Amino acid sequence: MTDAPRPPAASGPAVVETADVVIVGAGPAGLSAAVTLRRMGVERVVVLDREATPGGIPRHCAHPPYGLREFGWIMTGPTYARRLVAAARAAGAEIRAATTVTALRPGPAVEVTSDAGRATIRARAVLLATGVRESTRAQRLIGGTRPGGVLSTGALQGMVHLAGVLPFRRPAILGSEMVAFSALMTCRAHDIRPVAMIEPGARTVARWPAALLPRALGIPLMLNTTVAAIEGGARVEGLCVQTPRGPRRLAADGLIVSGGFRPEGALLPGSHLTRDPGTGGPEVDPHGRLSDPAFFAAGNLLHPVETAGWCWNEGRRVARSIVLGLRGALPLPAPDPAGGRIALRGPLAYVTPRRICAPGDAALDRLILRMARPARGRLSLRVDGHEIAGSTLDARPERRLFLPLPPAGHGAVEVVFDEDGGDTG
Amino acid sequence: MRGVGMESFDAAVIGAGVVGCAAARRLALCGARVVVLEAAADILDGASKGNSAILHTGFDAPPGSLEAACIAAGHTEYLEIHERLGLPLDRAGALVLAWSQDEAARLPALMDKARANGVATIEPLTGAAIRALEPELAPGVVAGFRVPGEYLIDPWSTPLAYLRQALANGAQLWRSCAVTGARWDGKIWHLDTAQGPVGARAVIAAAGLWGDRVEAMFTGQATFTIRPRKGQFVVFDKPAAGLVRHILLPVPTEVTKGIVVCRTVFGNLLVGPTAEEQEGRRHAPLDTATLGRLRTLGEAILPALADHEVTAVYAGLRPASERPEYRITWDADRRFLGLGAIRSTGLSAALGLARHAAELIAATEPGWRALPEPAWPRVPNISEGAARDWQCPGHGGILCHCELVTRREVEAALDGPLGARTLAGLKRRTRVTMGRCQGFYCSEALARLTEGRLTEPMGLTGD
Ligand SMILES: Cc1cc2nc3c(=O)[nH]c(=O)nc-3n(C[C@H](O)[C@H](O)[C@H](O)COP(=O)(O)OP(=O)(O)OC[C@H]3O[C@@H](n4cnc5c(N)ncnc54)[C@H](O)[C@@H]3O)c2cc1C
Ligand SMILES: Cc1cc2nc3c(=O)[nH]c(=O)nc-3n(C[C@H](O)[C@H](O)[C@H](O)COP(=O)(O)OP(=O)(O)OC[C@H]3O[C@@H](n4cnc5c(N)ncnc54)[C@H](O)[C@@H]3O)c2cc1C
Repeated sequence: MTDAPRPPAASGPAVVETADVVIVGAGPAGLSAAVTLRRMGVERVVVLDREATPGGIPRHCAHPPYGLREFGWIMTGPTYARRLVAAARAAGAEIRAATTVTALRPGPAVEVTSDAGRATIRARAVLLATGVRESTRAQRLIGGTRPGGVLSTGALQGMVHLAGVLPFRRPAILGSEMVAFSALMTCRAHDIRPVAMIEPGARTVARWPAALLPRALGIPLMLNTTVAAIEGGARVEGLCVQTPRGPRRLAADGLIVSGGFRPEGALLPGSHLTRDPGTGGPEVDPHGRLSDPAFFAAGNLLHPVETAGWCWNEGRRVARSIVLGLRGALPLPAPDPAGGRIALRGPLAYVTPRRICAPGDAALDRLILRMARPARGRLSLRVDGHEIAGSTLDARPERRLFLPLPPAGHGAVEVVFDEDGGDTG
Repeated sequence: MRGVGMESFDAAVIGAGVVGCAAARRLALCGARVVVLEAAADILDGASKGNSAILHTGFDAPPGSLEAACIAAGHTEYLEIHERLGLPLDRAGALVLAWSQDEAARLPALMDKARANGVATIEPLTGAAIRALEPELAPGVVAGFRVPGEYLIDPWSTPLAYLRQALANGAQLWRSCAVTGARWDGKIWHLDTAQGPVGARAVIAAAGLWGDRVEAMFTGQATFTIRPRKGQFVVFDKPAAGLVRHILLPVPTEVTKGIVVCRTVFGNLLVGPTAEEQEGRRHAPLDTATLGRLRTLGEAILPALADHEVTAVYAGLRPASERPEYRITWDADRRFLGLGAIRSTGLSAALGLARHAAELIAATEPGWRALPEPAWPRVPNISEGAARDWQCPGHGGILCHCELVTRREVEAALDGPLGARTLAGLKRRTRVTMGRCQGFYCSEALARLTEGRLTEPMGLTGD
């Protein structure tokens, strides 16, 4: 029996490197930003990704539709990921895989670790594009035992597509966001036959035509249903579900806990950067710029959750902001961080970008909003109490809503959702 | 099965929970040839898999009891040996908080009890003094006292380190080896096990939730009945750990120490445990409503918790019995020692219990000679803030991103006579998948790396 290797006493990394722009995350957003930065003449663009293979989430979404907007035809996730990586390399960006960013520092600088050891990379600007993950069984406080075979869609796809391992054959799928249908397609491709799709709400979250899929495949869709308890020792042996007609036991050997996206913002709490409590990601202004203006963000880290194409486009746009920033040509950030922030009222989960700044040719060209719960009423953008944009809606949390960017320097900005009397849907 | 014929040992320890691991270590250090027989595929699969990880002083134990003595002895020995074994220690200290005048009225008696238990360092505190120590605490604390010696430790590496030292000093571990029967031939015990017969001059039963059943195998009738008592927990993500400095304890009742709020040595914050009697000994099912109540209670104590995310939920089963005490059975003639119903303090008391066990048995074994120069193998210190493997080159890349667990750490944990046999065992040794994403990112890499190496693989085998 050998002793564990003993690391040196904790201290900062000894190796110091430099780059013009460091991009954290080689998913669609980070890779498209890399291409744009290189095309706009930025010399050293280094993209860091902690996975052994760059490409982000699409690496394991082995189904279409990806790439229509970016490459002009529809392809599967892995093909799309390879295309993005090849494009970034061809543009002259350096992609370093299996390299984990462990800290963000003023300067700006990032600390990394890889098989080669630790290093600090100093840059002129840093772009965060670390994406989203699904929320877990624990976060949903699902009861019962804790057997193997309770997985997110991402974990399932990684296991079957990348590792060639089947975790179950007859799972239930919890959730009905788009990603649940991604899970469904993954199952179909591997002869896994889901026993049910379970949705706590009254209707499927994803829109037509995906919502027709379970029925077409003969998979019961259980609406208004929750998973009360997971049963089993080493593996799932069954599920207790609470249906509108009372409790029921489902024979299943797994559970796919899908959706409920949250940003992979783990680097923020230990850093000097301000978090947006609504999204859980960083707080940004319309240029994609963080509280430390040498840091930028793009992709799903900013908004759980949009499509790969959306993130790809956003990466390009924020890259242009970075270039303007490097040239000193971006409008100044609002001097007072507290005053320069949009206030929220009503059942709103988040509004992004939250920081107010003279938009100019803003990378994030409108406000994206999500509801905290379904509600009916009037959504409005107000400056000093006066509505400057708004609409009356029957709003659901899974749908994104938009408002125009507020003007800077004209007074207190609020986004308000006034509910119709009593009826909250 | 392990070959033909019966292998014989000086002592057999039944159960590789924290109590069995500590007992095996102590006996091995005493010079005995020890075998540890564990029913499960890996160690720490019973009561020891889910606890609050507090190294108690025993300030509120029944004064004069064996439990109080073992906690005190265990606490002292842990402080002596933890560094040599590579084990962490977070000297958090505890605050016992009274939230009402009624509770405050019970503080003097509790402080007297603490002093009677030899815990002299306690300090009474006013509500204002407590708020100064814990600025994030909700308003309303009336009074309390500080117990500086209540510490936080690693609940899994601790027994692992004990057992590892036992093995390094000659002990053997047989896993997937349930003991199903026993016969005393006048000289030695003949044990029937899932791995064939085993002979032992002495037996220590440390069977946790099955303690009564195992004792009955040896004595014909158990002196107690196990009444499993479940404790559910909610664990918050790392940023929440900064909300508290101390272990926050309520004023305990007769039945339970109550809901604790404290950080963990892994840098999370936990709220729990509940105390719920249940029939089943195997599973500790979670309950959504109870977990929700724990979350609410946590927010009532630390309002800022409302903005923090849950990382994990879990439950443990205390091997309690029908009486609020340890149930120790010693048959000196037949050298059978039952360490039963080590209910809610076993992590703290294990080293003390082990000393007690060794004294009893060694008195019947004059031939034992303590090892003059025992080996002191270290386990990796995987606590938050410790120098970790990811900081050294050659780690093979990070496998679990949330907990920064390296490929090299996982490989090491799968290797050797104490190598992990189950995914749960691997998690307990390394923390893989125990972070905020709970396997979203690393399941794939882990499935590849563990293929063919776990008794219950992550994927299905065959068809
Ligand atoms: C299971 C699943 C299925 C999906 N299916 C679809 C679909 O079918 N179609 C669609 O359009 N969208 C889909 N999405 C949405 C998906 O998030 C986007 O498609 C897109 O991948 C987001 O791009 P991104 O660049 O923002 O982030 P990601 O693609 O998530 O990339 C982020 C990258 O950052 C890296 N990273 C994170 N932290 C660090 C760190 N500390 N150090 C170094 N690297 C780090 C990660 O390894 C990752 O590669 C799906 C999402 C999920 C989770
Ligand atoms: C919710 C909770 C919170 C707690 N908090 C703390 C705390 O903060 N501090 C503290 O000090 N203590 C705490 N405890 C108590 C502590 O966890 C227990 O006292 C301790 O784990 C008991 O260990 P054990 O070795 O006696 O039993 P176990 O861990 O149950 O070990 C018994 C082993 O014997 C094996 N076994 C059973 N039958 C057989 C057989 N026939 N053949 C072979 N093997 C067999 C089992 O598989 C098992 O591995 C807590 C407990 C709980 C549940």
